[in-house]
Amino acid sequence: MSGMFFHNLRLGATSLRRNPLLTALMIMSIGFGVAASMVTYAVFRAVSGDPIPQKSAQLFVPQIDNRGPQYNRHGEPPDALNYTDAMALMRAHKAPRQTLLFQVGLSVMPDDAQRMPFKAVGYATFSDFFNMFDVPFQYGQGWGPGQDESREPVVVISRALNQKLFGGANSVGREITMDDRHYRIVGVTENWDPKPRFFDMFSGNAYAMPAQVYIPFNYAVAQRFDTYGNNNCGSDGKRGDDWGSWLHGECVWVSAWVELDTAAQAEAYRQYLDGYAREQRAAGRFNWPPNNRLRDVAAWLDYEHAVPPESRISLSLALGFLVICLVNTIGLLLAKFMRRAPEIGVRRALGASRADIYRQFLAEAGMVGLAGGVLGLVLTGLGMFGIGLVFEPQIAQLARMDVSLVLLTLVVAIAATVLAAFYPTWRAAQVQPAWQLKSN
Amino acid sequence: MLKMTHLSKVYRTEVVETYALRDFNINVNEGEFVAVTGPSGSGKTTFLTIAGLLETFTGGQYHLDGVEVSNLNDNERSRIRNEKIGFIFQAFNLIPDLNVFDNVEVPLRYRGMKAPERKERIMNALDRVGLASRAKHYPAELSGGQQQRVAIARALAGSPRLLLADEPTGNLDTQMARGVMELLEEIHREGATIVMVTHDPELAARAQRNVHIIDGQVVDLAEDPRFHHAVHQARANSPA
Repeated sequence: MSGMFFHNLRLGATSLRRNPLLTALMIMSIGFGVAASMVTYAVFRAVSGDPIPQKSAQLFVPQIDNRGPQYNRHGEPPDALNYTDAMALMRAHKAPRQTLLFQVGLSVMPDDAQRMPFKAVGYATFSDFFNMFDVPFQYGQGWGPGQDESREPVVVISRALNQKLFGGANSVGREITMDDRHYRIVGVTENWDPKPRFFDMFSGNAYAMPAQVYIPFNYAVAQRFDTYGNNNCGSDGKRGDDWGSWLHGECVWVSAWVELDTAAQAEAYRQYLDGYAREQRAAGRFNWPPNNRLRDVAAWLDYEHAVPPESRISLSLALGFLVICLVNTIGLLLAKFMRRAPEIGVRRALGASRADIYRQFLAEAGMVGLAGGVLGLVLTGLGMFGIGLVFEPQIAQLARMDVSLVLLTLVVAIAATVLAAFYPTWRAAQVQPAWQLKSN
Repeated sequence: MLKMTHLSKVYRTEVVETYALRDFNINVNEGEFVAVTGPSGSGKTTFLTIAGLLETFTGGQYHLDGVEVSNLNDNERSRIRNEKIGFIFQAFNLIPDLNVFDNVEVPLRYRGMKAPERKERIMNALDRVGLASRAKHYPAELSGGQQQRVAIARALAGSPRLLLADEPTGNLDTQMARGVMELLEEIHREGATIVMVTHDPELAARAQRNVHIIDGQVVDLAEDPRFHHAVHQARANSPA
């Protein structure tokens, strides 16, 4: 069987060499079609993957409508919480794990006086953050709940920052100075930067540079650190002039996350949110019915349009282009195969079954597909350099040519070509030996 | 070996039914060399394609080597063609991309034969037709007579029970035709059953028996006096 397979490959190679122009046209058709698809797929894959697959169904974003229907877009509550509601959720502690976060930007003062201060961007958050999002640590660990409460100046820094400040050595227990305050390092994360940065779709670009520091939320608030990310104060845009009105006003700037392990827990949490909104209404703060949301990671990314629309559109266009290329290939294969009707007639007369004809011609198509796949790989490699012309640089840099993409390119090229060859091969197998021989 | 009884073949279009063979009866015994003759359009080639299981028939019965073939499916017909029948065509029908060795190998490949046995059979068959030294040549590099010899080697390599030849010398000049005919006679003397379609009275005269077809039916040779006479003349002139 395998002998016949290799024999068919040899026959295919001979046949393809016989018509180099036709063969080149088919290979180019497949190569360009597959490359266009693979380049756009590489981008799509990078932006549409599940950033935390092991837990994406257990992590939820609570949203509370604190401003009323007149300010809402399509009836949706704001994408973040104000400080009042965020802290209310934390105090109620209705989820096994919960955290709040907002972006901070701090000036790091290196110990070495010769070095210039630099900006480090990160998050003010709660201790559960690290366990909820499975943050991997190189050294040490996150701080504990006690340090949340006591508002201790502790910090978790990224591996990259640790490399920059301490040459990569274990810096746990050492101090760094940021914005004239001293922080004790309790942990150093591994390189961790889920794409898209699902936990902070509100504050900034989901594909921005990785966070470098994490400090306790309560400490940051106590120190009156303003958010380094976005805020939304509604259509009037007033955020108040002093810290007290910022903290207790209706501007939203805090992202909240809860971890709920079961559907029952999620349902209970929804009821809690609605109960909370009803309480606020009864207290005269909200004068509208509860309008809350509790979205898991997938629903949240979908809601936030984490996959850029141009990525979907370009993937669709590229797949359309591949289909056109395949239709073209069908035509070329049909012409090529039917020109060999006399040979097919002879083979059938000499004992080839229809299945034998299928095997021979599909093997030949597979070789065209393989050659098209190799050309597609080269073109995909070139296309990776050109992604930046179509997509934003931060998105373009996510697209990578890895082993899986190489294999996928070859598999798609071969499978698509063999699929395209079915009709021409079926036609070839229908050749009646008697008519072919009589016509001679 | 080959027995057709009341066999018919009808080509139907929406308005016309054309009988290519009608109440056709023939019986070829094992080891016979039969020439099937008749004018153009008489149904000779249709008979040969049905005999070679290249085409189905409309009515009647056909037993090949004791097997009634009308109910066989496409795969079974392919297998019988491969194992029991050797074809020799007027136009040689060699595959131009394959060299002589590979052309002769084609039917053996479909039989699933192992490489050493294939090689032995191919070289024996080429030796028999005197072309062992041309195994690596391509058809385009051979003369017409040599190409037909390769086609005969291809037909012989599988040791078929029946050789079907369609105007085997039709595309050859006289000298080459004589060589091919002598080869067929030699193969016959070695025990092969051969059915040869021809309209050439000289070739027909060299067969053991003539079956004459007119309008899709087997007729007495006497019904075609001119052809009958030509065959007689050829027999009389034959050195044997």
